Amino acid sequence: MTSYSRRTLLKTGAALAGASALGFPAIVRAQATRIKIGHLVPLTGFLGAIGSYAQLGVKLAAEEINQSGGILGKQIDLISEDSVNPATASTKAQRMIEQDGAVVLLGEISSASSLTIMQVAERNKKVFFSTGARSDALRGKNCNRYSFHCDIPNTVMVNAVGTALNQKGMVKGKKFFTLTADYIFGHDLLKAAKTFFDANGATLAGDELIATDVTDFSPYLLKVRQAKPDVVCCNLAGNQVTNLVKQYAEFGFPYPLVGFNLNTGDAWAAGEGNLSGTWPTVWYHTLDNPASKAFVAAFTQKYGKPPENHAWIEYVTLKLLAQAINEIKSTESDALIAHFEKQTEFDIMKARKGYFRSWDHQLVQEAYPFTVKPKAEMKDKWDMLALGDAVPVAAEPLEKIYPTKTQNPCEMKA
Amino acid sequence: MQFAFLLEQVVNGLVLGGYYLLIALGLSLIFSVGGVVNLAHGAFFALGAYVSVEITKYLGFGSAVVLSPIAVAMLGILFERYILRRFYTADPILSLLVTFGLAMVAEQAIRIIWGAPPISAAIPPALRGSVFLGDFLFSRYRLLILAVVIGVLVAVWLLLHKTSFGRVVRAGIQRPDMVAALGIRLQPYMTAIVMLGVGMAALAGAFFAPITIVQPAMGADIITVAFVVVVIGGLGSFWGVVIAALLVGVVRGITIHFEPAAGEASMYVLMFVVLLVRPRGLLGERIEKFE
Repeated sequence: MTSYSRRTLLKTGAALAGASALGFPAIVRAQATRIKIGHLVPLTGFLGAIGSYAQLGVKLAAEEINQSGGILGKQIDLISEDSVNPATASTKAQRMIEQDGAVVLLGEISSASSLTIMQVAERNKKVFFSTGARSDALRGKNCNRYSFHCDIPNTVMVNAVGTALNQKGMVKGKKFFTLTADYIFGHDLLKAAKTFFDANGATLAGDELIATDVTDFSPYLLKVRQAKPDVVCCNLAGNQVTNLVKQYAEFGFPYPLVGFNLNTGDAWAAGEGNLSGTWPTVWYHTLDNPASKAFVAAFTQKYGKPPENHAWIEYVTLKLLAQAINEIKSTESDALIAHFEKQTEFDIMKARKGYFRSWDHQLVQEAYPFTVKPKAEMKDKWDMLALGDAVPVAAEPLEKIYPTKTQNPCEMKA
Repeated sequence: MQFAFLLEQVVNGLVLGGYYLLIALGLSLIFSVGGVVNLAHGAFFALGAYVSVEITKYLGFGSAVVLSPIAVAMLGILFERYILRRFYTADPILSLLVTFGLAMVAEQAIRIIWGAPPISAAIPPALRGSVFLGDFLFSRYRLLILAVVIGVLVAVWLLLHKTSFGRVVRAGIQRPDMVAALGIRLQPYMTAIVMLGVGMAALAGAFFAPITIVQPAMGADIITVAFVVVVIGGLGSFWGVVIAALLVGVVRGITIHFEPAAGEASMYVLMFVVLLVRPRGLLGERIEKFE
C-alpha cells in the first residue's frame, strides 16, 4: 500500500476543508448579446440567501427589458456572478469592466464588498449602482462620483424603527443591549443607533461585536441575560439575523427583541412563531400600488414565490437604468451621472416616487417599520409582516429621515 | 457573581460541544476504519436538516428526528458501496478530492431541490423557553439535545466495546491485514460504520434545523469545525473526540465571555497548541497504516 503520512493527509484535508468553508462557486450567466452589464451579489456565505433573491430580481428585469426591445435597440447581456467576499468582488468587478466589456455595474448587498467595487468603479470611470448595501459610510465619507446607492441607509432604518418604538414608549429611559455585526455595516449601524439612543433618552447597557461567521449565539445570549436590558436590539445582517431570531425564541427571554436591520428573506427563513418585535424594511410585496402589484405578479408567476426586497431593488435599479440610457441615448458614464444628478423622480413601486440626491448619490425614498402578524391573520407563509405607516409621513419631505448635508461627510471629487 | 457567569458559559459550551461531537465522531470513525477523510460529511448533516424539515411538515418533529437520520443512513449505504469503497487503498488525495467533489454536488443538489433561499423551521412550542437549574439558565431544547447526544454516545461506545461487531471494527482500525488473515471481510463493517457516521451527522442536522438557518451551504460551514475536533482529539480514539468536542465548545464559550472577537478563532488556537504539544492529538493512538 502506498504510504502517505498522516501528517500529509491532515494537511491536505485541512486545506480542502478550509477551501470548502470559503464557499463553492455559483456562477450564472445570461446569453451573450450586445450591451454588457456586470452584476455581482453574494450567492454564498452569510448574505448568500438574500443574494439569491437579488439575482432572481435582476434576471427578471433583464428578460423584460430584452423582450421589449432592449437598450438602445440592443439586447442586454447580463453577467451575474457570486461576489464571494470584498477581495473577490473587486477582482471580478475589474474583470467585468476590462475583459467582459461591461458598460455599467450593479448589485451587492455586503457593505464591505460594495466599498471595494466602488473603488474599482471610480478607478475605471464606470458607473456602479450599489443596490443592497446599507452602510452610511458608503454614501458619506467613502462616497464617489461614479457610485449610486439604492437601498435605505442605516440611519434611515434606525429612524424608521426608532419612530415606531418611540410611539410605543420603548425608547425613553430604556436600557438597550445591542448585538452588532463586526464589519463596516455593523459598526456603522451601531453608530447610527447610538446617535438615536442619545437623542431620545435611551442608554446602551451593552454591545457585543459578532464575527460574521458565528452561527451559535448561545454564549452571547447568556451575556445578554447578565446585563438584564429592557430591550435587545439586533444589528446583524443576513443569515445571522435568522440564526439569532431562532435562538432568541429558543431561549425565550422576557426582553423584547427589536432590530435596526432586516431583509424579508431573513424573516421568511426564521420559522413559525420565532420572529417578534419591531423592524425596518425598505419594501414589501404586499404594498398596494399598481407598479408593485404588476411586479409581484410577474415575479411570482416566473419563480413560484413572491419577491424579496432585494429582488425588488435589483429589478427597480436595472429598469430605471435602462430607462435612463434609452432617454439620454448613451451609456457614457458622464452622461449617466449628469442625468441622475438632475434628481429625476422614478416610480419605485411605493406611494411616493424616489430620486437620487445629487450631492451624495443616494436614492431618497420612504421606509417602513413593521411588526409580525399573528398567525391567524397571515394569508400565506409569505404574508408575515404588518407594515406600519411609511416614514416620513406624507406631509413631510422625504429627506427628513436622511442625514443632512452637515451630518453626512460626502465630498465628491470631480 | 463573575464566577457563576463563567461557569454558565462552561456548561453552555459543554452542550455546544455535544453538537460538534455528533458530527465529529462519525468523521473520526470513517477515517479511522477506512482511512478516508470524508469531506462530504457536512453534506449529510445538511441533508439530515432538510429531510427532517420536510418530514416535520407531515409527521411532526418527533418522527422527523428519528426518520431523517435513518433515511440519510440509507443514502450512506449507496455512498459507501459505490463511491467510498473504491478509495480505501488508493492514494488519500483521491478520496479527498472525490468527497470534496461530492460535497459540492450535494450542495448544488440541495439548491436545485429546495432552492437557494433558506427554508424555515421552528422548535415545537412545548420545547421552547429556558429552565433554571439553581442559578443556571438552560435552553430547554438544548437540554433535550444534550440528553440525545449522551444517549447516542453511550450506544456507540457499547457498540464498539461490548459487541463482536465492535471488536472487529477496532481490530480493523489497528491491523486490517490481521483481520483479513483471520478470514473476516471488513467491507460489510465499513458499510455499517459509514451508515452510523452519516446517520449521526444527519441526527445533528435534524436537531439543529430549528435553531440554526437551514440553507444549502450549512454543510460546508460545519465540516471545518468537525475536522478541527477530530484533529484535536486524535485519530482512532473514541474518548479523544469526545474530550476534544467538549473542549472546543467550552474554550469558545470562555473566549466569548472575555474576548468576544476571538471567539471563532479560539478553536484554531486550541488546535495549534494541542498539535504543538501532542502532534498525534490528545488521545490519538499510534495507527500503523497511517505512520
